[in-house]
Amino acid sequence: MAFDYEQYIRPSTFPHIWCPGCGNGIVVKALIRAIHKMGWSKDDVVVVSGIGCSSRTSGYLDFNTLHTTHGRAIAFATGIKIAKPRLHVIVVTGDGDALAIGGNHLIHAARRNMDLTVILFNNSIYAMTGGQYSPATPEGKMASTAPYGQVEPNFDIVRLTEGAGASFVARSTVYHAAQLEGYIAKALDREGFSLVEAVTQCPTVYGRRNRTPNPVTFLEHFKKDSVPREKAEKMTDEEREGKIITGIFVDHPRIGFIERYRKMSERASEVRKRRYIQGSGPKSEVGN
Amino acid sequence: MTPRAEGEKKGRDVRLMQGNEACAEGALAAGCRFFAGYPITPSSEIAEVLSLYLPRVGGNFIQMEDEIASIAAVIGASIAGVKSMTATSGPGFSLKQENIGFACMAEIPCVIIDVMRSGPSTGHPTGPSQADLMQTRWGTHGDHPMIVLVPSSVREVFSETIRAFNLAERFRTPVILLMDEILAHMREKVVIPDPAEYSVVDRLSPGGPKDKYLPYANDRDVSPLAAFGEGYRFHITGLYHDETGFPTGLPEQVRCQAERLIGKIERGAEEIRNVEQIVPEDQQGSLDTVVVAFGSTARAANHAVKEAWQRGKNVGFFRPVTIWPFPIRELGEFCRGVRRIIVPELSFGQLAGEVRKWIEPSSRLVPLNRVDALPISPEEILDRILEVD
Repeated sequence: MAFDYEQYIRPSTFPHIWCPGCGNGIVVKALIRAIHKMGWSKDDVVVVSGIGCSSRTSGYLDFNTLHTTHGRAIAFATGIKIAKPRLHVIVVTGDGDALAIGGNHLIHAARRNMDLTVILFNNSIYAMTGGQYSPATPEGKMASTAPYGQVEPNFDIVRLTEGAGASFVARSTVYHAAQLEGYIAKALDREGFSLVEAVTQCPTVYGRRNRTPNPVTFLEHFKKDSVPREKAEKMTDEEREGKIITGIFVDHPRIGFIERYRKMSERASEVRKRRYIQGSGPKSEVGN
Repeated sequence: MTPRAEGEKKGRDVRLMQGNEACAEGALAAGCRFFAGYPITPSSEIAEVLSLYLPRVGGNFIQMEDEIASIAAVIGASIAGVKSMTATSGPGFSLKQENIGFACMAEIPCVIIDVMRSGPSTGHPTGPSQADLMQTRWGTHGDHPMIVLVPSSVREVFSETIRAFNLAERFRTPVILLMDEILAHMREKVVIPDPAEYSVVDRLSPGGPKDKYLPYANDRDVSPLAAFGEGYRFHITGLYHDETGFPTGLPEQVRCQAERLIGKIERGAEEIRNVEQIVPEDQQGSLDTVVVAFGSTARAANHAVKEAWQRGKNVGFFRPVTIWPFPIRELGEFCRGVRRIIVPELSFGQLAGEVRKWIEPSSRLVPLNRVDALPISPEEILDRILEVD
């Protein structure tokens, strides 16, 4: 029987804003199936996003959803998770949102092993604003602000977040939808900071500038040029050039921030019990 | 409230504390259980005190990677249902502006403490200033409502911090508590009131069917706010949105939300305003002169006005405790028929400019500005009162 996506979306918010041929829908479907696999109540799931095409995902999903400011989704999500640790907090973000304006929040959430799962839609471009180059645009590619080709090298998102201290890091593409779903499910299951990079396509403002206006061309590229991590490790740098290396790169169970903070609070409260007595709480009255 | 030492005598809780400490204590008394901040002079003591006490009362403290992340985490925690606060000073306050606008738009209660230091830019980090006044009102882009409180004693920092939380919860909006370096670091006696002596307001929780919940209803100024995780699966965005919270571009819906956002604070202004007005006990007829001041400068102004009474001067003193929304009606009534209005402040005239808008054209406005990162003395203000003109 076909999977029933409708139970997780808000039909009244459709049609969505994405262009024909956009890969975002494939990532969202993989995310929905992965959440379903976890067996969580929809009331306990929070989806936080920033600004950009992929960040519109939050509004379409029938969870507790928060569409924040550009780059700041991880910081908002941090506040939610700390305030109510029983909630499963998922951040949906794009390459511009997470790596440029939000780069600081990304690396620090990984460093403190904040208990969040980040789904990073990497379409290599700022699509919503019309195709300006992002920190994930490969060198030499065309963008509306790189009319002679991108001169900067791009981030390797996996190595960046691994270096910053993430517990779980994986990469897949929208061609490998089942694999992507599996990685997201693993990420959701892990304590601490987990991230899945979902390589996706933007035929409209990226493809047309780079002679690949057809979405099928992208999917063929993802199929042909993806190399599993194990295989890539045996390849030379030259052979790896232009390849998308997929797989799970980091899976180190580590105690997350929430648990470490809880333990510290216990110690702090012990100090109080020994040295202090607690006053009675203030009287409460309801506003309006 | 911070716990008291065991064995300490019951009865009045009297303490010597600085403004920043009183602010942290007031926040705890108001029910604040989440603080996110970033180190900055002269507000850091607020974070230090809360990092000590929050873990002991079941609360959470986190020092974020930057000022922007701090206000973002505070808004996130409030969305999860926890009263939340951040504290900063000029440069950090500038950085927080975009997300303060988000909290206005999404109508998320939270409290932002700005301890003013001399600017612009890095300025004079340990020198006092009152030049963030207009930034508190218009710092974030676009039309938006704003509530700003300006205490002028350590005791008042405590009580106004509680009021800041209460107003944030009541009106579902960010509230700014504006202090200055003098107030933040000055130590004064504070009698900590018994919890029965002050009230704490909590945001309304929605009742009724969960699938019918409207977080942004048009038929009322302030809708109840459900916390994430309570079964009301709704959407929050910084885009203009309809009653359900989902983005809209329809002109009629945009207008509706925009007008309600501004209107809820305008219509609530009587409840939000708070001013101190002092006139000579033996006042005959209308006042000759009024001194208008706020924050630490108001302390010197109050002193100067009382000195002037000793010399037979018919001088009144007007101090906004809520500065935004501006006490238009109260100031207008107090200054009716007044010949001269003196406005001492630690800026090039931000308060004077606002006062000028609301007084009679026949009253003469006399600014008294000091911008060398030193406080204005009572003598300077007294000299201006006694000036023959």
